[in-house]
Amino acid sequence: MSRAHGLVVDRIKCDGRGLCAELLPELIRLDDWGYPILAPGAVPQHLLPLAQRAVEECPVLAIALRRTEHRR
Amino acid sequence: MRLLDSRDHLGELPRVGPRFIDALESSGLAGRGGAGFPAGVKWRAVAQRSRGDAVILVNGAEGEPRSKKDRVLMCARPHLILDGAFIAARVLRAGRIVLYIGERHTAARDSMLRALGERPEPERGLVSLAAAPARYVAGAEAAAVHMVNEGLATPTNTPPYPFERGVDGAPTLVQNVETLAHAALLARTGSIPGTMLLTLAGAAARPGVVEVDEGTTIGEAIQRAGGVAETPRAVLLGGYFGSWVEPERAWKLQLDHRSLRDQDLGLGCGVIGLLPARGCPVCETAGIMRYLATESSAQCGPCFFGLRALADACTRIAEGGADPDALRRLHRWSADVRGRGACKHPDGAVIFLSSALTVFAREFAEHASHLARRIA
Repeated sequence: MSRAHGLVVDRIKCDGRGLCAELLPELIRLDDWGYPILAPGAVPQHLLPLAQRAVEECPVLAIALRRTEHRR
Repeated sequence: MRLLDSRDHLGELPRVGPRFIDALESSGLAGRGGAGFPAGVKWRAVAQRSRGDAVILVNGAEGEPRSKKDRVLMCARPHLILDGAFIAARVLRAGRIVLYIGERHTAARDSMLRALGERPEPERGLVSLAAAPARYVAGAEAAAVHMVNEGLATPTNTPPYPFERGVDGAPTLVQNVETLAHAALLARTGSIPGTMLLTLAGAAARPGVVEVDEGTTIGEAIQRAGGVAETPRAVLLGGYFGSWVEPERAWKLQLDHRSLRDQDLGLGCGVIGLLPARGCPVCETAGIMRYLATESSAQCGPCFFGLRALADACTRIAEGGADPDALRRLHRWSADVRGRGACKHPDGAVIFLSSALTVFAREFAEHASHLARRIA
């Protein structure tokens, strides 16, 4: 067990602006209507800065990084 | 003792305490609102958090279009449902009971209010009434709580779940009326009746509500209600969030939550719909998908846009105007939409659709190829 970070989207807040997918295409793709689909599992260490940026740049503050217990 | 054919008012409430939750858990009673969640687990979760401020939300919204069993029960056994609510209030130390009843179900509401008028104070004074809008999602737990709190019957993000923070921010038990009636009989007789209410719809000889023993097969349940009016092409088990099943398979299915779940099926709210063989399964599926798309509460993009796109694609296939990629898109969009709403509405819709694409694979392929043939 180790501490890890996962991305979560507030589906009600999310407006489909798509910035997160532009900033973090490694983990986020958009569906046919412009809403983010997240890769499952924890955010790899080397992508954490970009994930943090995606969280901060979301115009409606719909995406967050959460600490999770993650089995490896 | 059964739910529907007993005298309604059974006299003074039995004495029950916190130990009743043990009995509820070992009875294995599963919620009858649709999700089949174990009632004992729910009661325990509220009991652990209640400081004498818990709320009992009696769920009689019955937003499922084909379902009638909750209304029938509210009309036939209002006192039994109230017993369940009052027992829950004692066991969970609740100070408030809300009767949440579909706004169009006026006979059910009047029956419940008449029975309430016959109950003594101070219990009667705990109870208030809230009207559930005639929308599919209005009966979902979080939507029911939202309606009572803010007058909006739309789902909210969970957690917090109603058992954590529900009506007025207090731990809240949201429980279907039939489940409460079963709990009331458990408190009174020491055992649950072991029956379930079903709504038979479509090509049944006598559509309507029946009470059957758990473990009865669907075939037996339908036979007991007069059989089929015409040969069915498929059975819709569990309502619009349920699954299409081939009749040969459906007839042998035993009606109990555990054995159905083992086969990836569910009883949902107890609707069993028979699609007649002369009907078009693709058109029927498209119609239900259209309904579910319209009933999205339009809060989450993947649900609002995704279900619409799925319904449009189904309609085009049904009308024979689809392009050759239409079926592939249905599969891809179904996978994309699943798990991406604040509530389970999109999930229910795509589970239903995926059963259609399996059971009616031939019909969908033939419909979808209409245009291809026309071009060729």
